[in-house]
Formats: sequence, structure tokens, C-alpha cells
Amino acid sequence: MLAMNYRGPFRVRADHKPDPVIEHPGDAIVRVTRSCICGSDLHLYHGLVPDTRVGTTFGHEFVGIVEEVGSQVTKLKVGDHVLVPFNVFCGSCFFCQKELYGNCHNTNPQASAVGGIYGYSHTAGGFDGGQAEFVRVPMADVGPTVIPADMDEDDAVLLTDALPTGYQAAEMGDISEGDTVVVFGAGPVGIFAAKSAWLFGAGRVIVVDHVDYRLDFVRRYAQCEVVNFREVDDMALHIKKMTDWLGADVCIDAVGCEAAGSAAQTITGVHLMMQAGSATALHWCINSVRKGGNVSIVGVYGPTFNAIPIGNALNKGLTLRMNQASVKRHLPRLIEHIQAGRIDPKQIITHRVPLEEVSDAYHIFSSKLDDCIKTVLIPPSANQVRAIESTANH
Amino acid sequence: MAHDHHHDHDHDHNQGRDLAVFQHGRPPVDRSAIQGWGADLDRKNRPGVPMERTPPRIDAPLTQPEQQPQHVEVLLSPERPHMTPLFGSPNPPRGVSGMVRRAAFKETENDIRHWLLLMLADRIDVVEGLVEDLGRGHVPNILGEMGIKAEWQHNKRGLAQKVAIGAAVAGIACYLYQRRDRR
Ligand SMILES: [Zn+2]
Ligand SMILES: [Zn+2]
Repeated sequence: MLAMNYRGPFRVRADHKPDPVIEHPGDAIVRVTRSCICGSDLHLYHGLVPDTRVGTTFGHEFVGIVEEVGSQVTKLKVGDHVLVPFNVFCGSCFFCQKELYGNCHNTNPQASAVGGIYGYSHTAGGFDGGQAEFVRVPMADVGPTVIPADMDEDDAVLLTDALPTGYQAAEMGDISEGDTVVVFGAGPVGIFAAKSAWLFGAGRVIVVDHVDYRLDFVRRYAQCEVVNFREVDDMALHIKKMTDWLGADVCIDAVGCEAAGSAAQTITGVHLMMQAGSATALHWCINSVRKGGNVSIVGVYGPTFNAIPIGNALNKGLTLRMNQASVKRHLPRLIEHIQAGRIDPKQIITHRVPLEEVSDAYHIFSSKLDDCIKTVLIPPSANQVRAIESTANH
Repeated sequence: MAHDHHHDHDHDHNQGRDLAVFQHGRPPVDRSAIQGWGADLDRKNRPGVPMERTPPRIDAPLTQPEQQPQHVEVLLSPERPHMTPLFGSPNPPRGVSGMVRRAAFKETENDIRHWLLLMLADRIDVVEGLVEDLGRGHVPNILGEMGIKAEWQHNKRGLAQKVAIGAAVAGIACYLYQRRDRR
């Protein structure tokens, strides 16, 4: 099959690899029809996530058609059109029993802090991802969700990570009616966090980034205010000014470990790797939120260790909440929101690229070229499947 | 109420002391213009509240999954020393990078050496990947892998700059090298 193949920092290509096989009776093999490049794939692409092995296929956002199922699979059938949450999870462990699917304890022998994630390094379980024609999906009765018949495939693929992560970010902010919510980062997750903040009753939503085309997009899409931090002397001071010197009620970090905006953080975190990435966005969250406010973190940080202003967090009495999104927990509600027209996720897709051109797709997204917000990769076999379906139907 | 409220504010009055400004200082938002505003305002509708919800709403088996057969080497974190029922099997440790990875997994995740060794192994792996490519007669198109086509299409100026800087560095290096030879 054709699959994305990581060769080292800033180097990926489309290669022929062996097809995945059923390795566990609960597995399914899914023929991918759409996959996305996620902002957090860039941390892998830049070589910042430990134990990202050469030869790995990335891709934790994908939808497809069930091609084959293992002997224990009872609910999912060959031919089902499914969206697959980015978490590899079992549904039965201590954590899954608490609906913490992002923290499953049964899918990653290589680290205790993080559960399994498709195509997200051996630190996240060593599973190959969906930027390929086929992918192995463990626990097929538990993870995948059949896409509702009336749902657009492009909406479905955004339900595998970007939208639920943005939604959970807003939810972890514990927004009350009328709250001022500041979202750091205008990538797909930040865009969806801003959009979701209104669902939770925010009174004011402000998005901060440094790329003008992303700010223009989020202002239109999420009807929010925007701030370009390159035009601001001091971020926390600016938010204080915007909020009658109180600070925001809720701050959301949708950036993670490669934040721009602080030379000291960038040099120590990204260039010298003296800490697990630059924690600039998190500094801004803690310092911009009001006393007693909530900080919600969904941007990806490395495992160990970051210099963060925990003293300020203590003195201000903050509540910090953070997690990988437990996608499956949010799906029923988010499907309702899409069907009711409250969110139209596919509008953020700006690029549709054949899987063969994956090198260029990564470069465009990583370098923020061509006004790129979200890229969908389409494997060659996805088109074949559609052709077969349409001949069968007519 | 113990005191009177002045609802129409006198704007010459010190705003910093006006409690009403603190409470109502947020610019009014036309909520009806925002699709879905407040749909999840009621905490009962929020799928993540409480954060740890038991029992889960999905219909999943309550038994531990069967053990996946293991055909390749999988490194185990000392902080969760039993093999998990499910794991990823592609790209088992190999070569020198694999030796460094095995050393890394002798340390816990709590130990910075674990992560630094893994980062080192990743860099070695890149070199091993090049050797592997060449070994099977494939000369990797490194510029292509880095997306030079997209750079050319969407960032000609940036590409020209990089080429110019590259040429200048090469030129200076050449010059210094020749000068050293002449001595
Ligand atoms: Zn993601
Ligand atoms: Zn689990």
C-alpha cells in the first residue's frame, strides 16, 4: 500500500509499505478515504517528540471503510463507513471505565503517562497512523463510530480529533454565562475551541495568534475578536487592558510546545531543547487569566520538563485542567451540534491533497504557506472505493 | 440592598472604582447572531462533566482484552512493566539507535536520561534510515521530501533567499579554503 513515511526532521515521503494485518482478534483493517494533517503532527515532523522512529506512518485523524475484521469483532461489519477517534483505547480498563479514553492503560506499553495514539511515535504506543491506504484499528467494536448517513465525510474526519479537542478545551475551561474566554492559537483546534466557547455561553471570545490569515479566518468563522501578538508589547498586559484590568475568566492553550512569541522560551525549548518545547502560550494563559480563573490546556507538550510559572498559578488561585481529548465521550453531542447546524466543521478545510504529495502537504502546513488552515490527504484507493460504490448504486 | 445603584454611569467619575464597570465592562454580544449560543450552557448537557464519569456511556466489554501475540521486540516502560494487551508492532528497535533505545528504557519516564537517550536514538535513526535507503539502491530525494515543490510554488522569495544564503555560505567557505591553501 501507499503510506506516508517519516525519514527524519522535516523529511517525509509517500512510500510503498506492506499492508497492515489483523494482529489481535479485536482488530479491524480500515481502508482510509480521508486523513488529515494535525497541528500536533508538526511536532513529530519537526523531530521534537521522543521515540519518533524513522519509517513510521503518521496520521491520527482519519475516516474510512472497514475492509476486514478480526474474529472477536461483533458490532462492526465489513463495508461500514467509520470515523476513528485518535485515541487507541480498550473501553474496559480503570481509566476507560471513567470515560477517560484519552488515558487508556491497555494500549501503550512504552509510557505510563499517555495512552495509545495512532501514528504518534512509540511514546504513544508505536501504532502506525492513517496517512496511508490502510490502517490497523485495534478494539474495533469500541473505538470506531459509524458515520451517520447524512453526514459529510469532511465533517466526519474533523470529528476524529480537531473538533472534539477544541470542544473539550472549551469544556475544561468550565465556562459560565458571559465569561470572557481567550484562546491562544488560531490553528484548527484553537478555531474550534473559540467556536465551542459560544456553545458554553461565553460572553466574549478573543483569539490570539501571530499569523494574519489565520486570525482573519477565525474572526469570520468563530465571530470572535482577535489579537496579533506581534503587534502587542506584552500579552498579559494587553489582555488585562481588554478586560478592565481583571484578566480573562478562562484562558485556553491550543498551541503547545512550539509556541512563538518569546525568544527565551524558543531558544531554550525549541533550539537548545533544554526544556520540552517552548511554553510561551502556557505562560500567557497563566499570566492573562484573572485570579480564581480557569486555564485549559490541550496544546501538546513533551513528557519532561517545562519551566512554567506555577508560583503565579498558585498565588492567583487558578484551576488548571488539561488532557488529551477523550474523543468518544464527545461524539454523540458533537454529531447533534453538526446536524443542528451549530457547527460546520468542514469549512476549515483549505487543502485537499493526494497522498502521493504528502511531502509538499507537510511543508505547506508547517511553513503556513498558501493560507493553509487544514489539509486533507486523499489516498489513491479512496477514489477507487467511491467508483465501486457509485457503480454498485446505479 | 444597603445602598443605591447608579445605573447610568457618570463617565468622568473614576471608572477604576466603579464596581459596575467591573461587572458589566464586557461589551455586549448579540447572542442571537451566534449559531448555537448557549446550547451547552446547562452543565447537565456537557458530555465531560464530571471529568471522570462512571459508568461510561459506551457499550464496551467489562473484561480485560485478550493479549495480542508478540512477534517483534517492544520496549517496556519501567513505570508500567507488564506488556499491555494491545500495542503497536511496526518499526521495532534496530541497529545502533535500537541499542540506545534499549538503554533509554532502563531508566524510568521520571528520569530525564530516558527522554534524552530517546532523542539521541532518533537522530541516529535518521542516519540509519539514509544508509537503509542507499543499501536498497534508493537515493532519497531529500529536497523533495522536504517539500521543495511547495516552497517553489508558494514561497519563491523565501526559497530564493535560502538559495542565496546557501550560495554565499558556500562561496565564503570556498574562498577561505583556497586562501588557507595558498599559505
Ligand atoms: Zn491531533
Ligand atoms: Zn482502556
